[in-house]
Amino acid sequence: MTILSPTSIDEAVAALADPAIQVLAGGTDFMVEVNAGHRRPDKVLSLRHIPELRTWEQLPARDDPAHVRLGATVTYTDMLQPDLAQLLPALAHAARTVGSPQIRNAGTIGGNLATASPAGDTLPVLAALEAVVEVASPLGVRDIPVATFITGPKRTALSPGELIVAVRLPLLDGHQEFRKIGVRNAMVIAVASLALAVDTRTRTVRCALGSVGPGPIRATEAEEWLAGTIDWDRPAATTEAPDLAYFGRLVAGAAQPIDDHRGTAAYRRHAIGVLAERAAAQAFGAGSAA
Amino acid sequence: MSDIATTHATKGTIGENASRPDGGPKVRGEFAFSGDLWADGMLWGRTLRSPHPAARIIAIDIAAALRIPGVHAVVTAADLPASVNYGLEWRDQPVFATDVVRYVGEPVAAVAADHPEAARQACEAIDVQYEPQVPLLDPAEAAAAPPIHPDGNVFRQLTIRTGDPSARGPIVVEGAYEVGMQDQAFMGPEAGLAIPADDGGIDLIVSTQWLHNDRLQVAECLGLAPEKVRLSLGGVGGAFGAREDVSLQIHACLLAQRTARPIKIVYSREESFLGHVHRHPARIWMRHSAEADGRLVSFEARILLDGGAYRSSSYHVVANATCFSAGPYKVENALAEGIGVRTNNPPCGAMRGFGAVQVCFAHEAQMDKLAEACGVDPVEIRLRNALATGDRLLTGQVIEGTLPVARVIREAAALPLPPSPEIADPMTRPGGAGRTADAAHVRRGIGFAVGFKNLMYAEGYMDGSAARCRLSDGLATVTCAAAEVGQGFVTLAQQIARTVLGVEDVLLAPADTSIGSAGSSSASRQTWMSGGAVEKACQAVRAALLQHVADRHGIDPAQLTITDGRVTSTDARDSIDLAVADAAPGVVFEEEVEYHHRITHPLDDDGQGDAHVSLVCAAHRAVVDVDPDLGLIRVVQVATAQDVGRALNPLQVLGQIEGGIAQGLGLATMEELTLRNGRILNPSFTDYLIPTALDMPEVLATLVEEPEPGAPFGAKGVGEPPTISSTPAIVAALRAATGKALNRVPVRPQDIALGDGE
Repeated sequence: MTILSPTSIDEAVAALADPAIQVLAGGTDFMVEVNAGHRRPDKVLSLRHIPELRTWEQLPARDDPAHVRLGATVTYTDMLQPDLAQLLPALAHAARTVGSPQIRNAGTIGGNLATASPAGDTLPVLAALEAVVEVASPLGVRDIPVATFITGPKRTALSPGELIVAVRLPLLDGHQEFRKIGVRNAMVIAVASLALAVDTRTRTVRCALGSVGPGPIRATEAEEWLAGTIDWDRPAATTEAPDLAYFGRLVAGAAQPIDDHRGTAAYRRHAIGVLAERAAAQAFGAGSAA
Repeated sequence: MSDIATTHATKGTIGENASRPDGGPKVRGEFAFSGDLWADGMLWGRTLRSPHPAARIIAIDIAAALRIPGVHAVVTAADLPASVNYGLEWRDQPVFATDVVRYVGEPVAAVAADHPEAARQACEAIDVQYEPQVPLLDPAEAAAAPPIHPDGNVFRQLTIRTGDPSARGPIVVEGAYEVGMQDQAFMGPEAGLAIPADDGGIDLIVSTQWLHNDRLQVAECLGLAPEKVRLSLGGVGGAFGAREDVSLQIHACLLAQRTARPIKIVYSREESFLGHVHRHPARIWMRHSAEADGRLVSFEARILLDGGAYRSSSYHVVANATCFSAGPYKVENALAEGIGVRTNNPPCGAMRGFGAVQVCFAHEAQMDKLAEACGVDPVEIRLRNALATGDRLLTGQVIEGTLPVARVIREAAALPLPPSPEIADPMTRPGGAGRTADAAHVRRGIGFAVGFKNLMYAEGYMDGSAARCRLSDGLATVTCAAAEVGQGFVTLAQQIARTVLGVEDVLLAPADTSIGSAGSSSASRQTWMSGGAVEKACQAVRAALLQHVADRHGIDPAQLTITDGRVTSTDARDSIDLAVADAAPGVVFEEEVEYHHRITHPLDDDGQGDAHVSLVCAAHRAVVDVDPDLGLIRVVQVATAQDVGRALNPLQVLGQIEGGIAQGLGLATMEELTLRNGRILNPSFTDYLIPTALDMPEVLATLVEEPEPGAPFGAKGVGEPPTISSTPAIVAALRAATGKALNRVPVRPQDIALGDGE
């Protein structure tokens, strides 16, 4: 087995010209497949020694609102550090639900995207925030919105020879959070998950669902109903509470769950509605923050 | 029996929290588990397994596998030189399938290659032509279905009748219950190293629970005399019953014999789930009747256990499930019918609690129903019916030893309750790290349960254990084949030797087959059986030492004693005061003994007989927070009082209690092998969930010490009781919090949130 360990993005992209080479980031999916005998790589491209992939920066507002740009190998543990977590709280919530400390130290945001599991924990957050994936190839760098990046279960819009180098997420000023259901209280694959983010500047609500469809699902009808129902000009505590149960039903209606050994479709649809109602109550209910 | 005062001068004796001899290496990651074994020139063995739950084998072609570079041997049933079947109690399981396969995962062939990857490719290259058959998957249909094995589809049918089963009290409660298939889920997968020896025999280092039983089965299948098969214990990473049956032992030894090279086999996690037996899934119906005050009048039970494709220990699991089906309660009139059947599901056998776990889930749900029907508190109704010494079991056996049922109930109920849920850290709410619940979504429930079972084997089994003790200038060496599987026997053996001999330096020789059998590390039996053997061997050495000193001084050895690590005389005129280490310079004392417990008897046609050696009980009170809308659970606290006879090492007892509660919690809330068409859908730790630190509750434990007559030091086995009644206590708490019936474990989120399975 050949293992390449480049130290720059350019070198990594050049190495990807070889169609047989397989990209290794944190290895938390890759090595499981190798150990199970489901993946037998002859050539591996390790991203561990590319420092610029491991960094993140806050991009000031210009034409766009301010963004955070996360290098592809930023880990879940990195997302939990207070300076980053306060900018992207829902992403930190999602990162905390991933595996054990050892897994969080290894697993990366780019890996979560590239694996594109229907249960990928950060994906609903990226979908709700309308993150943009930066992809490099010998032709240059192109941006792919996360909504089109994930094309199906474990399928992405990455072309051969392309490498995920970063993810850009907007900094929103409203309430945001992530909730995830698993059968045990930690170290568990999601049975259903939900990210909710409020953008008071554009007066929009974004709600994305995980593990209840082939990829993250935006509950657009529910989002629009809620954004149109709440009174954006007055504090939540002084207004009549919106019908959050109805919001929950709309979200449940947007789910496309299946039965599998981790849960039933009926439970997933029910549970995602409950999560939606609870998240919206935190954002807009009596005594809420928004 | 111990007439020796525990001394202050000798440290690490009975009753102290002596440290484990293997504790340091295990904590530092230096302990060699059997997966770490290595020999120069060794080959890697691998097993090819059936993908079908039921199929005829039309042909097996190994030619392509043999052509793969690095492959040294491919073996099938045709290569077995002697017996082609093995089995823990009954040889009904083919070492390799011949004409049919009976479960998904059944071994069909094995290969040896110079690299694990070559071995994997070789297994893929073996061409097995199967003709799939319609599998028998529903245990309820098995008894009447055409036999899927020459021995038939019923492993055992046991009926226990006592009193007048048609008697009825005014209060009647009835229910049907189901227990899913739990796995032992030990951390260290099956692993072993077989080394061919110059004398034509085999040396096998393996992680197992019972070296001598493995040896017998290997010898039978390889056509060797048992003494030519020498086993020694590899480092064991947990067992819980799953290492009682042979897994890779015969395969590795056959490959070693065939290739004349050392063979290492290590199962992957997936293969481990396929390669060992599981806890029997159960369907149980019970009807209790009682007087208006809750005192039991009659008890009826029907228990169906799915034993899967081969017998393993199903025969005795049926016995335990049926014998203990009423729980630790007095009932004069009973009819309990247990049956264990063969299906094309994965084989089931021993797991911690051994039949008592399944019925405890049912009888404790029934006791709560009865409490409600009678308007009596759940703790009180259990006290009113509690068995005690002098009472009769369902089998007619009079309880002669200690069985402090009422006391464990009272002591568990008296332990303090946890603080209220409002102040909990959000991470410790139901849903944990997923932050699914806000404080207002959480409801709390409290549940109570009591369980009991026997210690050691039953029904006339002639059980024994051998031990050797050697004493030389104050250094004691203890040899015993008892398998240390994590339970702490190694610590107790040292503590016993220190107590009897008054020396602190106690070496443990490796556990191997150079000495007689110690029996299995199961049935909560090693503290009693091998502890008893070690005590007896040390006492024999002690007597020899005192005789030696007495002879030198020309006095009666009866006057000599060992106190505070010194040999002294009870007669002050003798003025003998010698450190044990200096009492007989240069003299080696060595004694080997066998220890047996009292004789038991078979059960008759009505299930009556003195079948059990000793009984043990425990009570559990669980406090559980539930998110009823999502069906998510956080067990907040489990309080327990356990009948331990005498705590020889209280810290180790607590370790068993905490671990057993974790396993009981797992069965209550998450642990289940899910099957589709006989295939395990979740053979991984990604999907077979066991409790994490965020699932584990605070544990409060009271050790109830009423020394057991006839038991070495009065100590009872402590490993199994924590798993028996912790599960029903947790489910009772869930019922209290949600109002749901919850007649099946593990309780799934949809059972609570949507009422599935009601």
